[in-house]
Amino acid sequence: MAYFRVEKLVKKFGGLTAVNGVTFGVEKGEIFGLIGPNGSGKTTTFNMISGVYPPTSGKVVFRNREIQRMKSHRICHLGVGRTFQVVKPLGRMTVLDNVIAASFSRVNSMREARSAALRTLEFCGLSSIREVLAKSLPIAGRKRLEIARAMATRPELLLLDETAAGLNPTELFEAIELIRKIRENGTTIIIIEHIMHVIMTISDRIHAINFGQTIAEGTPKEVAANPAVIEAYLGTDYA
Amino acid sequence: MKKNLLPLVLLAVLALLPLAVKSNYFLHLMILFLLWVVIGSSWNVLAGFTGQVSFGHAAFFGVGAYTAGLLFQHLQLSPWWGMALGGFVAVLIGLPFGAICFPLRGAYFALASLALGEGIRHVATIAENFTGGMMGIMIMPTFISKVPYYYIALALAVLSVLSIRLVIGAKPGYYFVSIREDQDAAASLGINTTLYKNISLSISAFWTGMAGALYMNYMGFIDPNVVFSLHDYSVMAILVAIVGGVGTIYGPTVGAFIMVAFQEFFRTGFFGLFEYLGEKTGSTAISALGGAVQQAHVLGFGILVIVVILFLPNGVVGDWEKIKRNVFRINQAG
Amino acid sequence: MDVFLQTVVAGVLKGGLYTLIGIGMTLIMGVMGIINLAHGQLMMLAMYVTFVLNTMGVDPYVSLFVAMPLLFLLGVVIQKFLLNPLIKVETILPENQVLMTVGIGMVLTEIARFVFSSDYKYITTDYSNRTFYLGKISFSVALTIAFGIALVFTAAMFWFLLKTDLGRSIRATAQDKDAATLMGVNTGRITVITFGLGSGLVAAAGCLLAPVYYIFPDIGGPFTAKAFIITILGGLGSTVGAIFGGVTLGLAESLGATYLGMEYEDIVGLTIFILVLLFLPGGFKRLTKV
Repeated sequence: MAYFRVEKLVKKFGGLTAVNGVTFGVEKGEIFGLIGPNGSGKTTTFNMISGVYPPTSGKVVFRNREIQRMKSHRICHLGVGRTFQVVKPLGRMTVLDNVIAASFSRVNSMREARSAALRTLEFCGLSSIREVLAKSLPIAGRKRLEIARAMATRPELLLLDETAAGLNPTELFEAIELIRKIRENGTTIIIIEHIMHVIMTISDRIHAINFGQTIAEGTPKEVAANPAVIEAYLGTDYA
Repeated sequence: MKKNLLPLVLLAVLALLPLAVKSNYFLHLMILFLLWVVIGSSWNVLAGFTGQVSFGHAAFFGVGAYTAGLLFQHLQLSPWWGMALGGFVAVLIGLPFGAICFPLRGAYFALASLALGEGIRHVATIAENFTGGMMGIMIMPTFISKVPYYYIALALAVLSVLSIRLVIGAKPGYYFVSIREDQDAAASLGINTTLYKNISLSISAFWTGMAGALYMNYMGFIDPNVVFSLHDYSVMAILVAIVGGVGTIYGPTVGAFIMVAFQEFFRTGFFGLFEYLGEKTGSTAISALGGAVQQAHVLGFGILVIVVILFLPNGVVGDWEKIKRNVFRINQAG
Repeated sequence: MDVFLQTVVAGVLKGGLYTLIGIGMTLIMGVMGIINLAHGQLMMLAMYVTFVLNTMGVDPYVSLFVAMPLLFLLGVVIQKFLLNPLIKVETILPENQVLMTVGIGMVLTEIARFVFSSDYKYITTDYSNRTFYLGKISFSVALTIAFGIALVFTAAMFWFLLKTDLGRSIRATAQDKDAATLMGVNTGRITVITFGLGSGLVAAAGCLLAPVYYIFPDIGGPFTAKAFIITILGGLGSTVGAIFGGVTLGLAESLGATYLGMEYEDIVGLTIFILVLLFLPGGFKRLTKV
């Protein structure tokens, strides 16, 4: 059985079906890409996995445990961390305090939380700006803070939601390096990304959805060559 | 330790104060100030740090006061038992309060807390057999001197501020502020937002209830309109914190001092200045002006609130840098 | 049965006035997204205007034409100089505007106390206590006239909101401030006008209430409470909801007073309020989708 899997996941908002029967499995240690055009249901899938809201039907299984009815904080404690596409910095706290707050999910004393947070900041390359208020960070800093905060909860599985969007080429390169480093640390990653270059370089396997339904799955090469994927991204003329 | 120097010096001064000051009137003001330190700091835990702006804190204050009063009324227990139980009863009231209000956000939360605060006042008024209704509850004060009350109030203020400081500096404090800044992000970081909002509420309700119990013992009389008053407690708690600085440890203390001093300043006609001038100069106009100022003390209050929100939106402590900067600039210009 | 009918009639008549109070509040809530805790105090001010004019021999219904423009202006001043400046300031609590309205309410109440003292004032007109009968049901003349005028104002308000450009801009701002700004609506100006309108409407309620009620400085607080009960019942920002909310509160209070006792009048409103918050967040608006 896969380390992590979703089965026939469905989410309806009123009359709108955002996700319609998505199924995939992720192996331990993998970087698993989730792609699809805007509004195809990627973030909705993440929200169901991380417990923001429950699926209308279907299962989310992590280490042989069904988690689709659990609240966000329980899922976090089980070892699933996430970042938000629309970044949610704890604005009037410093970068360090943001990460300390996250570290408290694993330790209780201030001393431990602080030293864990400092290590996480070092790992993510944020040490130099640790006293800066989160709200005054530029976009690259915020994206990186999202990752640092999620990492501080010591996830086994990390959900990255468009952490490369809005970055310049240098920052993009650094972000890719960081994601690789996280994987080398033993963390499994599911990543949503719009920048094809990023997702094609770092993913082991890719799952493509459109209109809430699976259209392809396979290695980056296979998916890139899949007519349904090309059609979804470029329209029928190019297929 | 430099950071702690000012509070420690202040504490020493407060501890020695009754030795130097014998005026009952002054001690009374100091007791009121200390009570407001407790209430303002409590409100601040829930609103300033956790971001849940309550308009119903009179509920906890009143419940604490009534716990003391009713123990005496029905069980002939010393109302000082209220100091042991008042805080806990306030927490008990706080739990359904939280259950109703916490699923709501923003304006809805404020309105629901306001309605609950008012609702409990009505209940206390109607349940005459239990609470004595509008007749209120009267007790004989234990001490004639104000000094014992002063020290009890001081102990309560120190304990509450200290415990709040400890909590805010540790895991719960980080969780409170995370919830204030972004609930969804907080939940994704493993924070059980409902649980921690209730913890925050419980701390807040506990100390507010304790202040209420002390109030009963000290003042010797309560009725629903006094201790459950929307304006005198729920709103005043907010003002104390706002003026001093929301979301800062010592802001409410500063706010309590300013508010009590300000109120007395007006109520006494600038501490008798007008009366004095009127007598000296024999001018009836000045005396009349003094009388008018005394009548307008709540008006002065309202104006203070408006001015603070307009110009020091983060309170005296929160905007301290701004105050310093502007004062310096004026000095340089002069 | 007569008692019941009588109670319902009294409740509906009162509901007409509550509607006026509620529409003013709901407009402000909808457009600004804040609760105005000085709403009842604005009404109190209008009542005193009516009172002063009455001592000069002006009929309360005539003083509508003075009180409404006056309060409209006051509302404009409050929004422009006290509330709008706060939007730009960043603070820990987003509730600064609400707290500002608390301060404004205090100042208004205390000015009234300063000028008129805390004594109860009455306006006695020859119709204050007059009633007429339809069958066995008695109708207070003053309340019936008030109900009629409230209906006219409510209808006029609807026409304004639905048919005029300014009204449409107000509705657009209430629905989505950012989108309205992008469409070229000057939302700053809209908030100012809305607060003025809300104040003017509650002033009308004050004038209509003056002949049948006491006037004292602290009357504002309880009516602020009623205003937001009405608004929550109807759904924030919904004008149709305000009518439902107003009439429901009027009926509930009146039934509560008849069948439970006078002292329950207020608690009935609060209970409904909390029940609606819990079980029907969004108020009647949720049910009717208007």
